[in-house]
Amino acid sequence: MAKQTHSPLQHHFTSLSQQYAASQLGMWTFLLTELLFFGGLFLSYTIYRMSYPHGFAAASHELDVRLGCINTIVLISSSLTMALAVRAGHEGKGKSITGFLVLTMALGGTFLGIKSIEYAHKFHEHFVPGPNFAFPHYASQGPELFFSLYFAMTGLHAIHMIIGLVALGVVAWKATRGRYTKEYSTPVEMLGLYWHFVDIVWIFLFPLLYLLGRH
Amino acid sequence: MSTLVKKIKHYLNASYELRSWFGTVDHKRIAILYLISVTLFFFVGGFFAVMIRLELLTPAGDLVSSETYNKLFTMHGIIMIFFFLIPAVPAVLGNFLIPIMIGARDMAFPRLNLASWYCYIGGALFATAAMVTGGVDTGWTFYTPYSSTYSNGAVVLTALGAFVAGFSSILTGLNFIVTIHKMRAPGMTWFRLPLFIWSNYAASIIMVLATPVLGAAIFLVFLERAFHIGIFDPNLGGDPVLFQHLFWFYSHPAVYIMILPSMGVMSELVAAFSRKRVFGYDFVAGSSLAIAVLGFLVWGHHMFVSSQSMYAGFVFSFLSFLVAIPSAIKVFNWTATLYKGSISLQTPMLYALGFIGLFTIGGLTGLFLASLGLDVHVHDTYFIVAHFHYIMVGGVVMGYLGGLHYWWPKMTGRLYPEFWARISALNIFIGFNLTFFPQFLLGYMGMPRRYHAYPEEFQVLNVMSTAGASVLAVGYLIPMIYMLWSLKYGKKAPANPWNAKGLEWTIPSPPPVHNFDEIPVVTEEAYAYAEAPHRG
Repeated sequence: MAKQTHSPLQHHFTSLSQQYAASQLGMWTFLLTELLFFGGLFLSYTIYRMSYPHGFAAASHELDVRLGCINTIVLISSSLTMALAVRAGHEGKGKSITGFLVLTMALGGTFLGIKSIEYAHKFHEHFVPGPNFAFPHYASQGPELFFSLYFAMTGLHAIHMIIGLVALGVVAWKATRGRYTKEYSTPVEMLGLYWHFVDIVWIFLFPLLYLLGRH
Repeated sequence: MSTLVKKIKHYLNASYELRSWFGTVDHKRIAILYLISVTLFFFVGGFFAVMIRLELLTPAGDLVSSETYNKLFTMHGIIMIFFFLIPAVPAVLGNFLIPIMIGARDMAFPRLNLASWYCYIGGALFATAAMVTGGVDTGWTFYTPYSSTYSNGAVVLTALGAFVAGFSSILTGLNFIVTIHKMRAPGMTWFRLPLFIWSNYAASIIMVLATPVLGAAIFLVFLERAFHIGIFDPNLGGDPVLFQHLFWFYSHPAVYIMILPSMGVMSELVAAFSRKRVFGYDFVAGSSLAIAVLGFLVWGHHMFVSSQSMYAGFVFSFLSFLVAIPSAIKVFNWTATLYKGSISLQTPMLYALGFIGLFTIGGLTGLFLASLGLDVHVHDTYFIVAHFHYIMVGGVVMGYLGGLHYWWPKMTGRLYPEFWARISALNIFIGFNLTFFPQFLLGYMGMPRRYHAYPEEFQVLNVMSTAGASVLAVGYLIPMIYMLWSLKYGKKAPANPWNAKGLEWTIPSPPPVHNFDEIPVVTEEAYAYAEAPHRG
């Protein structure tokens, strides 16, 4: 560590292990707040799903399961490349870190691309809630509520992915400059936790929105 | 002399350029930034309060129109709750003291700490923008579908302000939790922590767990307003009561975000000015956590008359009563600490005693409101207004001012004038009771809240309340004046002007930039005061 010109230990910590423990607890606590933030939306979804089971089932039939399924696979793969980036960080292999992070970004970008195709499709079909909303052969409000929640939840998820992509870019760039070593790759690891969280949220969104109530 | 003074570098005179303040990562400077901004918003919110009280001086709504009146109480509520009551004690005193009290050089995440101040300012700017572009009239609770469909567009800006300010709260809480877990000096075990740390820890848990849910609720209101998607609007199949559940799941625990840090200040003050260790330390510490946990289980008592089932009402009523237990533990233990202590009635102690009085009144009337049948009678009357002002405002103002006086010498290196400080403490206590006690009677007699005119028989009590508000206003202005005065003319403060225990008193006033040259090793419990000889 003495060789490094840019010491990763910040002045107010007494040791790297203390600094690492603080980062880890901080990140987990942050993810807890994220869980509760999404929790409010999941609660709303649950309540309306129970109030309008048929409307929700009818609306979820309009989602494209194939695209959703492809996206799930893409996102799980990005979680794998992220995990590999974290391992490369532990081994201090700067180049592999960059490589795996770029792969993760590519997969994340693919996910968002597919998502935007889905969004465009819903827009053409008039499934976007609001004055132009039209759902054929259905009188109750269920489908409109379903699409309200669909756009709120997947939209919020997409915003989290965009933030993640920016962070991935920053960390990947820093990795090319050799900032991460065997002793210190905390940012890679923390980003990994964040990315896995985004992945897990989708793992819940996919069955709730696409699969539930489908025969 | 002047050359000698210049040699001593501390956090205030370490550097002067603007960037060293607005880009600082020093928790003490961030605390000062908060001190200035929080105080500013306190006076803005206070101005609205004065307008409200002036309008209610006469039974006829003659000073402002009913619409303006709605905007006044809304802005009063939003400014006071989101920009004063919630951040006041944790963001100012907590930021300044938590690292010092546990023997750390800074918060765990100094840059995040600064970011949270910018979130606060960002949120405040949105709210101010809404205020100057016409104001919002939903009440601080943003109840749907009024807020999401019928009110004016300023709701979006204001809600955005609350949303962004929520990030400030979340980041502060997160920083506190990690700092308290990971940054304690050697020997500073959990049960040697000052009770101020315990109470801020408990409040941080609430900030972290409750604020995101408010964020979700506001996010949905925002979507409904901006894109007309239906979540809360019954016309679109939504349910306005869902908003109330989400809102109160945050906003009831938020009361404890406000009150818990003040309770921590009280424990410090009561111990220091009776020169005794706090009676039942473990119980006072544990009761903070108990309040935090129970606080999450009682939101339904805000909804006794909102279509909630009777059985849910029973359960929420019962759970609400439970909060009285840890609250009473605190009051009894402070009282037991005072018992046979060698008490000195310095200004911070006056605030502490005032806190105990106001908190007891506010807490006991809380039991009235937790009772299902009685709540139906006083629901949305001035009884409620009086109750939550006693708890929230009484609690936070007493805690904030008491703590500010106690740690003022440490923060600024100057002593405040004791005589004027005692006058203003008494002034505030009298003014507060004169303002809000008549409101209990008004509410019990049936005067509803949020009305800008009222029947004539309520006038006497309203005049008393308005008179009290002006006494209170004077009480707030006096400290403002003498504290600013003391910055230049106050006596130089020694390291430990109160002869108090605690790590913050072992370092110079004001503290050096990195708090401790060498991280201290803690060998004794908190409040290791030698017991005073008994005086029979």
